[in-house]
Amino acid sequence: MGEIISLKRESLLKYVLQLADNALILGQRLAELCGHGPILEQDIAITNISLDLIGEARILYQYAAEIEGNGKTEDDYPYKRDVRDWQNILLVELPNGHFGYTIMRQFMFDCYHYYHLKAMTNSGDERLAQIAAKTIKEATYHLKYSSEWVIRLGDGTQESHDKMQEALNDRIRFFDEAFIPSKIENDKSLNGVAVDCTKIKASAWAKFTEVCQTANLEIPEVKFPQKGGKDGVHTEHFGFILAELQFVQKSYPDSNW
Amino acid sequence: MQNWPLFEIFLRSKNGLSHKHVGSLHAADADMAITNARDVYTRRKEGVSIWVVESKHITASNPEESESMFDPAEDKVYRHPTFYVLPDELEQM
Repeated sequence: MGEIISLKRESLLKYVLQLADNALILGQRLAELCGHGPILEQDIAITNISLDLIGEARILYQYAAEIEGNGKTEDDYPYKRDVRDWQNILLVELPNGHFGYTIMRQFMFDCYHYYHLKAMTNSGDERLAQIAAKTIKEATYHLKYSSEWVIRLGDGTQESHDKMQEALNDRIRFFDEAFIPSKIENDKSLNGVAVDCTKIKASAWAKFTEVCQTANLEIPEVKFPQKGGKDGVHTEHFGFILAELQFVQKSYPDSNW
Repeated sequence: MQNWPLFEIFLRSKNGLSHKHVGSLHAADADMAITNARDVYTRRKEGVSIWVVESKHITASNPEESESMFDPAEDKVYRHPTFYVLPDELEQM
């Protein structure tokens, strides 16, 4: 019995980290735009979203530290794990590119994130349900924000339309990974706790398609969705994110001020 | 961006109070102005409601006429309701 409980704890820990990693890596990517946004108002808007996501990651890492015990803290996960330990989807680690790429990546993530949180408010794990209820307010705004920009640019000038279409064509193959369950999401011990991501796919895709249609964007067919992030197999960009994120910790381990 | 009109932003800081001018920003249209204002001016819980008005729709008084416009009110203290005792329940006066 003790072993079953500890197995379940291990699965829950892994699952919570997967959720946190998505939020943290996208937050980190968006933070790169701080001071570099296309205009002042969007600079602030994007860093707001970045902070929302980092905030969400923090509460999840804090929860992970509680589950794991052993004196772990929320900082151990972002600063002391190497590439293969991270379980975020590939989409969130892709570079910002031009504003069209940033917005398209955000929009895809928001379509997933919003419906995922909505389902998570019914999680059998009370803590996860509470976290979802708190963060879905932010995610609702993110989805509104990115949808509006996709429509505005997609249905804007010829140049803005072409750039959005370019971003969509290049990024669409990274969208479906969010809805392909990883081993941990399929773990029987997390039944009723983990969100069944196959079940939110239809709603997320419906929103995605509706906005793309309004934006006059054509959704290309994807033969081979890119995946691997959830299992720790990342793109070549990921090491560079960690290099920047973990630089201080690596140069001055456990320093305080 | 250079062609985006300027919007004046008004915030209601809490229910019961009136909207107050807090600043201005550029946006392509009124909807975007609301979103931008939300991100720029309400990050620290400054507001519960936002109004945006395109700056060109505001007609302002002429500063050169301010003597004739405002100075006459200077010596008319009796226009202030300071000679009344206000009930405590009346908070926002």
